[in-house]
Amino acid sequence: MNFDLNKKTLREVNQHLQNVDRKKNTRKFEILNPQGQHAICAGLKDDIDVTVKGHTGYYCAGMNQKATVTVHGNVGTGVAENMMSGKIVVKGNASQSAGATGHGGALIIEGDASSRCGISMKGIDIVVKGSVGHMSAFMAQKGNLVVMGDADADLGDSIYEAKIFVKGKVKSLGADCVEKKMDKKNIDELSKLFKNLGIKEDPKKYKRYGSSRNLYNFKIDNVSAY
Amino acid sequence: MCGIVGIYLKTKKYEKHLGKFLSGMLDGMATRGPDSAGFAIYTKENKNTFKYSICLDEIKENDFKKKISKFIKKIKLTSYADHVVLETNEKPSKILNLLKKEIPEVSLVGYGKSINIFKQTGNPKDVVKKFKLSSFSGTHGIGHTRMATESAITTQGSHPYSTSEDECLVHNGSLSNHNNVRRSLIKDGQNFNSENDTEVAAGYISNQISKGEDLEKTLKNSLKDLDGFYTFIAGTKDGFALLRDEIACKPAVVAETKDYVAVASEFQAMAHLPNVNSAKIFEPKPGVVYHW
Repeated sequence: MNFDLNKKTLREVNQHLQNVDRKKNTRKFEILNPQGQHAICAGLKDDIDVTVKGHTGYYCAGMNQKATVTVHGNVGTGVAENMMSGKIVVKGNASQSAGATGHGGALIIEGDASSRCGISMKGIDIVVKGSVGHMSAFMAQKGNLVVMGDADADLGDSIYEAKIFVKGKVKSLGADCVEKKMDKKNIDELSKLFKNLGIKEDPKKYKRYGSSRNLYNFKIDNVSAY
Repeated sequence: MCGIVGIYLKTKKYEKHLGKFLSGMLDGMATRGPDSAGFAIYTKENKNTFKYSICLDEIKENDFKKKISKFIKKIKLTSYADHVVLETNEKPSKILNLLKKEIPEVSLVGYGKSINIFKQTGNPKDVVKKFKLSSFSGTHGIGHTRMATESAITTQGSHPYSTSEDECLVHNGSLSNHNNVRRSLIKDGQNFNSENDTEVAAGYISNQISKGEDLEKTLKNSLKDLDGFYTFIAGTKDGFALLRDEIACKPAVVAETKDYVAVASEFQAMAHLPNVNSAKIFEPKPGVVYHW
């Protein structure tokens, strides 16, 4: 099923996608002419597949649950922000705060992501095939940020228990973020993450970064919670 | 909030459409700044003639013509809504003084051999229509849609700010040390016409350039001298430069094709540009000066 945003309002299209008739078998949708509009595919909550043909504005696929959204273009600020589950694929570049506060699911950015990628992430897996901008994974709490390219300054500033894996160069680490040993357990975890997302990549080429736990009140008794 | 836009043509192909492109870009940014709008359009540099973009405010065009004709004989006046563009061979030192002393009821928006600059309160969608921006041709242009924060909704409080020949600045953000910087620039001989923070940044750039710095170095210096958050687009007769502060919380996106480079606060301001879907689109890095 196709929607042309030159002919229909964004509100009509979003409302349709947010209230998919579960008795019908239509599960594949395509959005044409997004023209950089904000909040395209925000708040989807069913297991549907949406392809967006073009560039989008802010908060594309925000708060997503279960749905798979693929954007053939660039996305603006806050793609997949506060996502709960499902999968978002961006074929181009992403603006700042990609995957912000995401609780779950996967965000795959095939180009570069700008500043503060994965800010305050709470369980989402973010894979950036290009590079990430400064202050990525700022105050990140849980989940994985995987960067195939380089990371700009202050990576993982004030990080909690999220894990960062970077294949390229890291310009500098933020406060309380340190390089950690990449042991077998971590390699297996990263290998599983790649496998689940259908990405062919050697986890051994990655370095791991995380919290040195000096900045926040980490109690070893709670370690099982992470 | 505010929206800023800029477009620089790399080839001659779209020179006749520059105004139309810029008009659409301002239209697209009306949501970010509904209080006022302004723009500067650069055309090929005149050899001897200077263009003075003047906001007439309350005074009628005919009365202005009578007044100015008393002092200079050879002039050409073209009217754009409540603005006029005065063309004459007279040097800026003479005209600036003349306007200030003899016709203080009008305000000079900007001047130079290449720049046309207009700004007005009201929704950007109406402002661009008033000035018939779509009909302009040129080589590059920048524009601004304002959501007023630092000073009142007036023409003087609108962007772009032009503080020297063929220079102008648009700004999204706010500066926190503008009063201090303004005081030290006034001591250094710079004039200001408003309480606005952006005018201080424009004055800062003009001041540095008048001392022999180039635009790129000037913008680099502003990273240490101007405190606050900002995305700047600074226009000159040759092109424009873009700078985001080092935290980069104010947005900017660049789209480049073989024919043009466009900059805007949000992509939706560029969605109408030709072949934009196949353009190279990227977000400018914090603290890095880009110029075209």
